[in-house]
Amino acid sequence: MDFLSYLINGLSLGSVYAIIALGYTMVYGIAKMLNFAHGDVIMVGAYVVFFAISSFHMPLAVGLLLSIAVCTVLGITIERLAYKPLRQASSLSVLITAIGVSYFLQNAAQLFWSSSTKVFPSVLSNGALQLGGLSISYLTLVTIGTCILVMACLMLFINHTSTGRAMRACSEDKGAATLMGINVNLIISITFAIGSGLAAIASVLLCAAYPSVYPTLGAMPGIKAFTAAVFGGIGSIPGAFLGGLLLGIIEIFAKAYISTQLSDAIVFAVLIIVLLIRPTGLLGRRIREKV
Amino acid sequence: MKKKNPFGRILERDQGRRALSFILITALYLIMEAMMRSGNLSSLFQSLLVPVCCYIVAAIGLNLNVGVSGELNLGQAGFMSVGAFTAVCVSGYLSASVPSGILRLVLAILAGILSAALFGIIIGIPVLKLQGDYLAIVTLAFGQIIKSLITNMYLGFDENGIQFSFVENKTSLAPGGKMLLNGPMGATGTEKISNFTAGFILIVLSLLVVYNLIYSRSGRAIQACRDNRIAAESIGINITSTKLLAFTVSSSLAGAAGALYGLNYSTLVPAKFDFNTSILILVYVVLGGLGNMTGTMAATIILVLLPELLRSMQDYRMLIYAIVLILIMILTNNDTVRTNMTRVKNRIFAKKEGRA
Repeated sequence: MDFLSYLINGLSLGSVYAIIALGYTMVYGIAKMLNFAHGDVIMVGAYVVFFAISSFHMPLAVGLLLSIAVCTVLGITIERLAYKPLRQASSLSVLITAIGVSYFLQNAAQLFWSSSTKVFPSVLSNGALQLGGLSISYLTLVTIGTCILVMACLMLFINHTSTGRAMRACSEDKGAATLMGINVNLIISITFAIGSGLAAIASVLLCAAYPSVYPTLGAMPGIKAFTAAVFGGIGSIPGAFLGGLLLGIIEIFAKAYISTQLSDAIVFAVLIIVLLIRPTGLLGRRIREKV
Repeated sequence: MKKKNPFGRILERDQGRRALSFILITALYLIMEAMMRSGNLSSLFQSLLVPVCCYIVAAIGLNLNVGVSGELNLGQAGFMSVGAFTAVCVSGYLSASVPSGILRLVLAILAGILSAALFGIIIGIPVLKLQGDYLAIVTLAFGQIIKSLITNMYLGFDENGIQFSFVENKTSLAPGGKMLLNGPMGATGTEKISNFTAGFILIVLSLLVVYNLIYSRSGRAIQACRDNRIAAESIGINITSTKLLAFTVSSSLAGAAGALYGLNYSTLVPAKFDFNTSILILVYVVLGGLGNMTGTMAATIILVLLPELLRSMQDYRMLIYAIVLILIMILTNNDTVRTNMTRVKNRIFAKKEGRA
């Protein structure tokens, strides 16, 4: 029974990682860049929901929609202002710019909302579903359900709409996509918009589980989700989903059975081992080098 | 006009650039030292001298890895951490038996270099087979693991010997014993034996090491692997061992930097060397120019001082820092700005060559 409840907790944490990792992996797949500012978009989303609920007494759903809207606009703005001028630049320059954006968001948040930790109001009922001897909180169910829903919608969107097809084309070959009449800049903006919208959803789930909001809130989940994306094979959407879930499960099991303090070390050690065995992640495509 | 071998010319210009970096750093050292002697340097700047030296050494090391070897490393702070805590422990352990501060500093830095180099080899052998962003994520993971491990280490010694425990503090020291590592609190009560001169010497030594490596046969092999992996392999260069050489030298320089840093403060927490520190050093390297050691030094000095100079802006300083970072990246990659920069550079060079 312990094992099962740990597994479910792991799935719940992993679902949050997976939703964040989807944002990372989509941006990587299409813009070929590591968007280190993604974690800080989560932070902004969390603040928006926090103020919507506690200062303006909006219902959670309205807060969530508002947060998704703000994050989407933020994502597009960041892409247009900071990343678009660097389309032709080396990947390192883009990486440093992403870090600059991350610093900017963290410090702007600190300036506007102070660095003190704010307590996120409990938004989902604390009740739990009793299943035999197993008790699963509604929050856990909602988190896992949201993740599956998001994943299903995203797969449908990518595989069965013309915009999704355009995205896949851009990910394969930008030059050829342009020749086929695809507006590559628009597609990249859409990708950032979707990724940032997902970050807003993740922020609500994250804050419901760990109810504190502060300016560097997004840093650690960001790194973990990035790890999850690489774990599953960066650029691959099912890979991000699988990587996120596995990372969550490993983290919870490491906390439960080995050591709470060492859980981070164990998670990252597993990542290194997986990459040594499968150098492009679990579901990553193997790139064959041509001479 | 005498005809010159074009390659000889490149070498000459590079030699000039190398000499320039030594001249600049020595001049800067003498000026700072003179200002310090005459009491013209504020205590704030004095306190920044050693950290700047540490960051320069770590950045020179990282530039060897990122610029010359072409592998993105996001875990340089992890190697600094290994060097720092080894040095602090060695220095603490030897405090009774080696009374001379300078000798102890040298021994501690050597220990820091050795341990960081060892970790560099252990991490490097399996990891350098990966490429690109996957290598970056593994170095990131390594930095996190090191931070997590050192946060859980307890090390102390008394007259009966050394005691070590992991996760929980199980050491029970006899009276007169001393804790070297105290879990999340890190090292406390360290005697501050680093100084600016040691930092300067370390910078000069690391420049010597890196330049000699770059312009040696191995250095050319390292650059060949960066430029075209398959071509390099086809002419018989062992990719893994060549990359490992650059990686290990880079990590041992980080270890030296960490050692100097750790011995400059009486307390040092493991959380100091986190992902942000790795990123900070990477920013120095990229802004200074990949493969350009003089640029790296200049960027490090400017970027360490920038937040301090912006102190009057108070809360806005880190915000401005972030904006400056983004703007520099966008402007240096802007075609118009680039063309104008090249034009200015050409004019300066044309003048110099005209005179010669």
